[in-house]
Amino acid sequence: MTLEESDIVRLGGVEKHFGAVRALDGVDLTVRSGECLSLVGHNGAGKSTLMHILAGTVAADRGRVVIGGDEQSVYSPARAKQLGIRCVFQELSLCPNLTVAENARVFHPALTGLNWRRKAGALITSKLDEIFPGHGVGPSDLIQDLPIARRQMVEVARAFTATDEPVRLVILDEPTSSLDSHTAGQLLAFMRRAVADGISCIFISHLLGEVLQNSDRIVVMRDGRTIAADRAEAFDRNRLVATMGGSEPRPTEANASDRLARGKTRLHVRARPRQQGGSTDLVAHEGEIIGLAGLAGHGQTELLLTIFAAATRQCPGVAVNATVALVAGDRQADGIFPLWSIAENIGICSLRKLRQGALISRRLEDKLANFWRDRIKIRTPDIHNNILSLSGGNQQKALFARALGSEARIVLMDDPMRGVDIGTKLEVYDLIREEARGGRTFIWYTTETDELKKCDHVYVFRNGAIVADLARDELTEEKVIQSSFVGADPR
Amino acid sequence: MTAKSIVAARPAFMPFGKTDSPRLLRALLPALSLVLVLLAIAWLNQRAISYFGFTLMLNLAIPIALATVAQMFIITGNDLDLSIGAFVGFVGCVTATWLRDTPILGTLTLLGCVGVYAALGALIYWRNLPSIVVTLGMNFVWQGLAVLLLPKPGGRAPDWLLASMSAKPPLVPFPVLAALIIAAVTYFGLMRTSYGAILRGSGGNAAAIGRAGWSLLKAKIVLYACAGLFGVLSGLSLIGITTSGDANIGNGYTLLSIAGVILGGGEFVGGRVSPIGAVIGALTLALAASPLLTFMHLPPDWQVAANGAILIVVLAARALISRREVEQ
Repeated sequence: MTLEESDIVRLGGVEKHFGAVRALDGVDLTVRSGECLSLVGHNGAGKSTLMHILAGTVAADRGRVVIGGDEQSVYSPARAKQLGIRCVFQELSLCPNLTVAENARVFHPALTGLNWRRKAGALITSKLDEIFPGHGVGPSDLIQDLPIARRQMVEVARAFTATDEPVRLVILDEPTSSLDSHTAGQLLAFMRRAVADGISCIFISHLLGEVLQNSDRIVVMRDGRTIAADRAEAFDRNRLVATMGGSEPRPTEANASDRLARGKTRLHVRARPRQQGGSTDLVAHEGEIIGLAGLAGHGQTELLLTIFAAATRQCPGVAVNATVALVAGDRQADGIFPLWSIAENIGICSLRKLRQGALISRRLEDKLANFWRDRIKIRTPDIHNNILSLSGGNQQKALFARALGSEARIVLMDDPMRGVDIGTKLEVYDLIREEARGGRTFIWYTTETDELKKCDHVYVFRNGAIVADLARDELTEEKVIQSSFVGADPR
Repeated sequence: MTAKSIVAARPAFMPFGKTDSPRLLRALLPALSLVLVLLAIAWLNQRAISYFGFTLMLNLAIPIALATVAQMFIITGNDLDLSIGAFVGFVGCVTATWLRDTPILGTLTLLGCVGVYAALGALIYWRNLPSIVVTLGMNFVWQGLAVLLLPKPGGRAPDWLLASMSAKPPLVPFPVLAALIIAAVTYFGLMRTSYGAILRGSGGNAAAIGRAGWSLLKAKIVLYACAGLFGVLSGLSLIGITTSGDANIGNGYTLLSIAGVILGGGEFVGGRVSPIGAVIGALTLALAASPLLTFMHLPPDWQVAANGAILIVVLAARALISRREVEQ
């Protein structure tokens, strides 16, 4: 790289096809040194593929990849690392059976010698301290024992550590999606500091507020192309949404009159978290949308799982009187069956009604899947394709279809909108409201305040217990944040 | 308190990892089962707990421990070796014939065996073949070669091998010393070296290792070569103890080695293995099989069933502990 060269990355006409799917259709992209470039677009717009090409894990079919001023003819993950390109992928790329320090070692071939464990531990811990003060992660913790938010923190910190190879460009693909707002804020502040020090960042996020506040330049992608690129100040939320081709932001609050008065319908769930001292119970009536709020990892998921278990067997402190379905948050681990088709993934919760004698009827299964494909707009030419042929957001839609297509009267949602594009979100919100009107109960753990505003009633969690109980008209972001933090352990 | 908040309250650095009780209990489970078997033996026959008693009881545990370690390397990479028993038998035949009569040819053959294992690893990686199928095929290959080489039991171990396997170190019985050395060497190699982390990582999340720029092919080859090396050592030590060869001598080792790894806290997938646990698991199985049964006046026909029973009991205990770990 020559010194006056200020572009770290220049992509020209990059194309990538997966079978018949055109993931990238001639992308041009330039990243300057010391800038934070945000990349936005619907799920399936090609952002992740583009990042894989930059990271060297996917080879472009056509087009020029120029990095540091040199055209790369043979490009690989190892070459990308030599050139100082780091990537925090959407699906975590840590080894769960290794410790935090060992995962740092995996990343840095230079960490050898007798005291490599100490060196690796010091390296990753100092970076974690720098980005996430009070992170609570030890270098000898096994990754599999850490909750998803802490894994993400380790992954981010690891990308910024440097040994013999420089860090020049860090790609952050949805880094904040599994972090709570506090740690996400720490990360974004660090990103700005790193950019000020001359490191470039490519930031991918569906949270448009984050994007608008933290980037120097914004590039919008749609259908495998970059369709707009401009300084961040030139965009606002509406222009971004319009450019992405998503639906216009609508007034999302349902009219109060539209909603049922609380407690007029049949009681569906009464549950008390195990750590609950006082007398606050979580209560959900038929047709209600109940929100669970608070910082990530404070007992919301555990309560959902307890309610789920209580539907089939006795659990102390939890009463459930209807059938239950769960939409998992960690879809790779708990949600999809990766070897099955989309139709099979949708039908698995409804086998009883898909049965014909002792066998599953293909016809009924296809009918169910096609119905939900059209209703929830799963973007696929054929529901018999493998579930992994869908983009992340569409996989999540298939999981919604699985829960909503079942006979369950209660749907538990474990932050299912993590990393889903705004168009998909709006579609799913409408669907949830419609289903609730039809008498389904939703219990919805979410880390996004916008989503809480769609709930009839919100419970805020801290340290495994309910600390606030807010009706829809009492709900404000300040109240939620205040309840989540006041008296909380310094984290 | 949830498990997460316990983690949050912990100081940032702890040299020995987690200390919450179920986790510790789980790590200690292999050792605990060994102690239980030893206590049972001591209760049945006190004289067995002596220098001479251990030398006798644990003699056959050395080849089992080595075969178990070989299997552990394969399991580290999410594979399974169904040929290790026949391989040990073949190595035994080479040891009892060529290694004694024509040492150079014998040595080259044994080195070649390690090479074949490495090549198998490469083949399995390149062609993305299921290791179970490949090693099942190799099982018959090794067995056939062994029968060709030694159609009926016979041959004799080289004298240096006989001498080294009947060594009598002061204070600590030879098999115990050997087990300690095997455990220490493999623990250091796989758990403490910087490349060991890569090897285990290739079982935990191969894509991540590849993305970090490491060669997965090389990792697979190293794992298989290590397995071959320890398989050769297992065959050598077995013939050193039994003094003569037999093509079918190692047949039980395949399942014993898998059982030993699992008993020692390893898991079939995810690169979760424990070298020390594997050696302890092998010792437990070796002890529980013949000496314990002999002292209980049970016929040796029950040996395999006894091993199975131990495996089920220990795995059930592990499942219970894991459930507590989750609930905590």
